[in-house]
Amino acid sequence: MRVPGFFFLNLVYIINKFTFVFAIKNELFMKQLKNGFFLLLLACFLQNGYAQTTIKGSVKNNKGKAIYGVSISLKDSYDGATTDSSGNFSFKTTEKGEQMLIASSVGHKPYEQILKLQGEPVNLAITLKEEITELDAVTISAGTFEASDRKRASAVLDPIDIVTTASANGDITGALKTLPGAQQVGESEGLFVRGGTAAETKTFIDGTLVNNFFYSGVPNIAQFSRFSPFIFKGTVFSTGGYSALYGQALSSALILESIDLPERSSANLGITVLSSNAGYQHLAKNKKSSWGASYGYTNLGLAFAVIKQKQDYSQVPAYHNADANFRIKTSDTGMLKYYGYFSSNKLAFTSNSIDSLGYLDKFAIGNTNFYHNLAWKESIGKRWKINAGVSYTNNKDDINSNMQDQNKNDVVLTGLEFKKFSIDTRGDYFNAKLVLERRLKGLSSIRFGSEFNYSKDRLTYTDNNGQQYPGSLNEHINAVFAEADIYIANALAAKAGTRFEYSSLLSKTNIAPRLSIAYKLGKGTQASLAYGIFYQNPERKYLPSTNELDFMKATHYIAQFQRVVNQQSFRAEIFYKKYDKLVKTAFSNYQESAISNNGFGDAKGIEFFWRDKKTIKNLDYWISYSYLDTERDFLNFPFAITPNFAAKHTGSLVVKRFIQKWKMNLNGAYNYASGRPYYNIGYDGTNSKFNDRGTIPDYNNVSFAINYLPFIGKKNPKAYTVWVFQVSNIFNIKQTYGYQYSYNGYRKEAIVPTSRMFVFIGAFISFGVDRSDEIINSAL
Amino acid sequence: MKKQFLFITAFLFAINSFSQSEKYTKAMEQLVPAVDTTTSVDGLNNLANSFQRIADAEKSQWLPYYYAAFANVNAAYMMSMGQMGMADKTDPLADKAEGLLNKAAELSKDNSEIYCVKKMIASLRLIGDPQNRYMTYGPAAEEALAKAKSLSPANPRVTLLEAQDKLFTPEQFGGSKTEAKKLFEEAIKKYETFKPETSIHPSWGLQQAKHFLSEIK
Repeated sequence: MRVPGFFFLNLVYIINKFTFVFAIKNELFMKQLKNGFFLLLLACFLQNGYAQTTIKGSVKNNKGKAIYGVSISLKDSYDGATTDSSGNFSFKTTEKGEQMLIASSVGHKPYEQILKLQGEPVNLAITLKEEITELDAVTISAGTFEASDRKRASAVLDPIDIVTTASANGDITGALKTLPGAQQVGESEGLFVRGGTAAETKTFIDGTLVNNFFYSGVPNIAQFSRFSPFIFKGTVFSTGGYSALYGQALSSALILESIDLPERSSANLGITVLSSNAGYQHLAKNKKSSWGASYGYTNLGLAFAVIKQKQDYSQVPAYHNADANFRIKTSDTGMLKYYGYFSSNKLAFTSNSIDSLGYLDKFAIGNTNFYHNLAWKESIGKRWKINAGVSYTNNKDDINSNMQDQNKNDVVLTGLEFKKFSIDTRGDYFNAKLVLERRLKGLSSIRFGSEFNYSKDRLTYTDNNGQQYPGSLNEHINAVFAEADIYIANALAAKAGTRFEYSSLLSKTNIAPRLSIAYKLGKGTQASLAYGIFYQNPERKYLPSTNELDFMKATHYIAQFQRVVNQQSFRAEIFYKKYDKLVKTAFSNYQESAISNNGFGDAKGIEFFWRDKKTIKNLDYWISYSYLDTERDFLNFPFAITPNFAAKHTGSLVVKRFIQKWKMNLNGAYNYASGRPYYNIGYDGTNSKFNDRGTIPDYNNVSFAINYLPFIGKKNPKAYTVWVFQVSNIFNIKQTYGYQYSYNGYRKEAIVPTSRMFVFIGAFISFGVDRSDEIINSAL
Repeated sequence: MKKQFLFITAFLFAINSFSQSEKYTKAMEQLVPAVDTTTSVDGLNNLANSFQRIADAEKSQWLPYYYAAFANVNAAYMMSMGQMGMADKTDPLADKAEGLLNKAAELSKDNSEIYCVKKMIASLRLIGDPQNRYMTYGPAAEEALAKAKSLSPANPRVTLLEAQDKLFTPEQFGGSKTEAKKLFEEAIKKYETFKPETSIHPSWGLQQAKHFLSEIK
């Protein structure tokens, strides 16, 4: 065996450098090595040899279109290429034998092929399959508006839109009222969607039901929602056809997702003409957990002193609000969140009595509300996800009504004794939900789980004689549900689900199937269909009933066309909604209570939405229009009529402009609703009849808001201050929401906003407790 | 004979690892200079793919992952040249770059150069949708750059990125041409003294700094 001399020269160097230690003493092994030596040497030469193989080819997608920029590589080697504009590639490699060729490109599934390289040129024709990513996959969007930073077809709003919509007054539902499907109802709170009542919309935070989402109702004055829009990162507003994960809402679901860990620790201070609040958020050093608390006090005294109110307040509305939260990242994919809220508020006012001239009606309400929400999400393995949540609400309302003379002394007038009463209600609401999700191939997945809802309402009605009528109502609603998202092809997806519910109060069950299909017509363009059956228990305020009752039922049919391209969104939707088994009521003992499920109705309409951030530089606007044709026979309606909360035409124009130079955000909004019908329904014996009916004037409202952000432009600002100046109903247009009638029905009075124009000024300061110094110091 | 086999076996092992590391250095040496000279989107994409092939074959070297991430970020910047709000086009590249950079960061912890690219990715996401992202990615970019600076105050690329921020930020947002100019000059000074660890360690940016400086003048 001869070994060339240079081998040994090199060896000295190499052995010095690498100092390999071999302890090979086994004779047998040496023999094998001897035989294998030439093979090894050959392999060594081949590997470092000069024989090259040319690999070339072209890459196309499954429609035959060339894809450029595709990375072609031989696994575990440096050799490869990138396709040119006609999809062609060519490279040389010294690799031999079986090699894995990989072609990869963003938006496509990776392609792998085993090649046998023997020196002859290889010519390949590669077809890459489109990868369905959330980014460009078809989305089930029928009936759904989403405000989130997720780039999805249904996300037509950004999270910031919720707070920067001029007519929203910083209220979550205010912004949603500028979207098609929602009514401009000003005399009571809530979202009235597609001919449905406010009670037909349910709100969910992190999956669980929220009771008392709005402050307790005051006659003819719409109340705000309790929760700050800043605690949510995502809002999904479904105007119909929503998922089987949610139930007990005939018309609409408002699904809110709370924020995860804050970006940094910060202290907040807010001072406005109405309120002041302070809060602190602490982010742990390891950025794995956070906690926070805030307190706010709202008193409308100052505002009411400047802007004259229709009512005469003996106790101006005053609110104490406090909240606390903690969020813990339990693992890379897990998050545990708690949000707790407390509110105590009261108000009392008198207004000229419509029933007896010269006298006053007094209304007083005190409300205490506790809300707790605990939510946990976690991924188990690669395929399973778990979402669990519990929420608990304790709500207490004390309402007092009576009459007063001009000197504000309580009086009881003959024939109007019933106007003196008090109602004390206590409610305990518990909701728990568990959802398991399993990912299937691609974006497909199945979800299933169960929901448990418990409510306990106690009410004491005290009449003018001090006689008490206590009542209580307990109920369990248990539900199980399953749903599948199926991506049948790149452009075709379906969501199919079923919900099964049992109500202990009704002793009845229901099965509610839901189905949506979406088809992608082109880039950014899709068509969707949705169908579903929705059940809801009769509203608790009409219970208990002496008769046996059933679930109320709505069936939705929705067809949608949507195009979202280049910062422009267009959406058109037609719908038909059929109501069955609506509750009918009768009036007895000064109380309206449910007597049957003989009510019915329907709603149909067409809606348009157009948003454009592109045409005019720095200007962002959206226009929405809804046409609604609805009639229903429910509660005390004599027959099927268009309800007083449904306008035929509703429209909004929302404009936003950011002026860099001034560091200002200018926001404007115009809301319109055609005149809604109004009725005075009286009784003819036990049958209801119209004492009066008509149509209120059209509703017009122009709002304007300026947000001034002076911190813009400062490097590492210590405080982020946002000044807000807002005027609603800027042109002081007279708005009428309806009419109220005297007890005897002879007098009627317009229900109008408490004041026409309203001006709001405030400053919100966030002190970033900047931790970058800390981070740098700990790194050094 | 026994000894000869031992030597030869040792040699074969050695030559493989030796040639492997030589092959790696050689391949990198061919590509690294292109980082400073490639300006087309296609060219940068090609470069990113070449680095990624090396990265995926080597698996234990942070440099090819780092360069692949860097080239992807640059491709996205070139794609969006001067235009904001192109998140739908630039985000996929930012995602890709972030994935690659995370791999580099796993292999080389507390690396000023990696934090520089981290900053560039955050800025890229920021300009993709400034109105909705300035509260998240603005501070994230600042934090990454501050970390890069704390890890290596002499790193000229940190100063270059600071200078670019000053130059491209509108004045009412805190930008300043005069301050940018000072920073570019400071960066150039740092480039003169900065010695990369090896021929394939990051050394890019001098031409850029000179170019921007000449534009200000």
